[in-house]
Amino acid sequence: MPGESMKKTIIVALAVCIACSLLVSTAEVTLRDFRYKNKKLDRIRNILKAAELPDGRDEAVRVYEKRVRPVLVDLRTGKPVSRSDFNDMLNIDSFDIRKLADDAEYGRSIPEGRDVSGLSRVPGYMPIYFILEGEEVRSIVFPVYGRGLWSTMYGFIALDRDLKTVRGFTIYDHGETPGLGGEVDNPRWKRSWKGKQAFDKAGNLRIKVVKGAVDVSRPDAPYHIEGLSGATLTTQGLNGMVRFWLGENGYSTLIQKLREDMHGYL
Amino acid sequence: MGIYKKTLLDPVFQNNPIGVQILGICSALAVTTKLETAFVMCVAVIFVTAFSSLTISLIRGQIPGSIRIIVEMVIIASLVIIVDEFLQSFAYEMSKQLSVFVGLIITNCIVLGRAEAVALKKPPGISFVDGIGNGLGYSVMLLAVAFFRELLGSGRLFGYPVLLSQTAGGWYPPNGLFLLAPSGFIIVGLLIWALRTWKPELQEEEE
Repeated sequence: MPGESMKKTIIVALAVCIACSLLVSTAEVTLRDFRYKNKKLDRIRNILKAAELPDGRDEAVRVYEKRVRPVLVDLRTGKPVSRSDFNDMLNIDSFDIRKLADDAEYGRSIPEGRDVSGLSRVPGYMPIYFILEGEEVRSIVFPVYGRGLWSTMYGFIALDRDLKTVRGFTIYDHGETPGLGGEVDNPRWKRSWKGKQAFDKAGNLRIKVVKGAVDVSRPDAPYHIEGLSGATLTTQGLNGMVRFWLGENGYSTLIQKLREDMHGYL
Repeated sequence: MGIYKKTLLDPVFQNNPIGVQILGICSALAVTTKLETAFVMCVAVIFVTAFSSLTISLIRGQIPGSIRIIVEMVIIASLVIIVDEFLQSFAYEMSKQLSVFVGLIITNCIVLGRAEAVALKKPPGISFVDGIGNGLGYSVMLLAVAFFRELLGSGRLFGYPVLLSQTAGGWYPPNGLFLLAPSGFIIVGLLIWALRTWKPELQEEEE
């Protein structure tokens, strides 16, 4: 092209880059608070959903502050972590599952052959949420996550204060096929978790997400949840996810401790 | 005024970017399982094609030929990031569903195609209208595909139940095939067939 010099090329390149980066960073900075608030609100609303509390956009924060008591726990010992031990990584207000899982100190590898959730590494600490009814604990919400077909699915499972009965289940972040595995969002299906038994009387983990309809005549029907039709791998992922998190490498030590003394956590 | 109107409306049917030029197919498959996501995607693409064409056209006299593609991409990418951030800020649920596909507008062939074919040569006004027109053409196809996929795949339109599906206690057995990518291809194919039957002058000569 005539009149095209090296100098001009560099000047144009620089000018375009500076103008565009200014534009992008302005948008980034001015909108950051909105995005942070949205993420947080989304999480809160899903905790409330799992706990069957009102989760409307306007009331969610108020209900959460009044009825939910978050506690950070050490999964290995099952003991709560006190606020004075919080640091940059270990903080209930800015808890980042992925960051902690990858960290050498705060994450841990799942032993070979025990990795039913397909995660390979998980955090050694998790926040759990006590749902209060006045001064009494009504239920406890546990974060759960695991591999589906395309994506990692993040959700919550709420257990009754007896620590056996499921009160609710929700997935708040996933990338499964819409209409098939994506039906994890279907409220009807989520309601089917309610009242299921996670553990039997002896305390053995029995809950299972099964393929096809649950045969109600069978004795294990109270432990079984109907999987999603047309989504075998998502269903298997959901099964692996709940069984992992309620099992020995997940919350079992904590649940044991909670059965002995729940009030020590509040 | 005639030239503006022609520039705006031509890409909708006569020179549709998906139906005639066969560009931008990838996202047409990915976000069309629901009308709602398809609609937001359309708005995003119209915004990006319109403003990238406008910006590129404004500085077209200054862009050196040797780095023109990079300059175009920088402008397109910046606009897409801004759209993405707006969605995350003001339509969080939607941005979660669209996930990576908003970001992938950067690689949508339609956007760069308009920049190269029109914005580099024509004045800003006409380039802007051309961007909107091509965004509209993309939208028409996207919404048509999404209409069939959502209706047949889940019995709904814009999330409202139209054919009451069996999973919700109705009579309609949703056809899961329509929620998978192959059905997008099939519907795009049928639409192209319909378009070329309606306008036979679009059919290419056989070689």
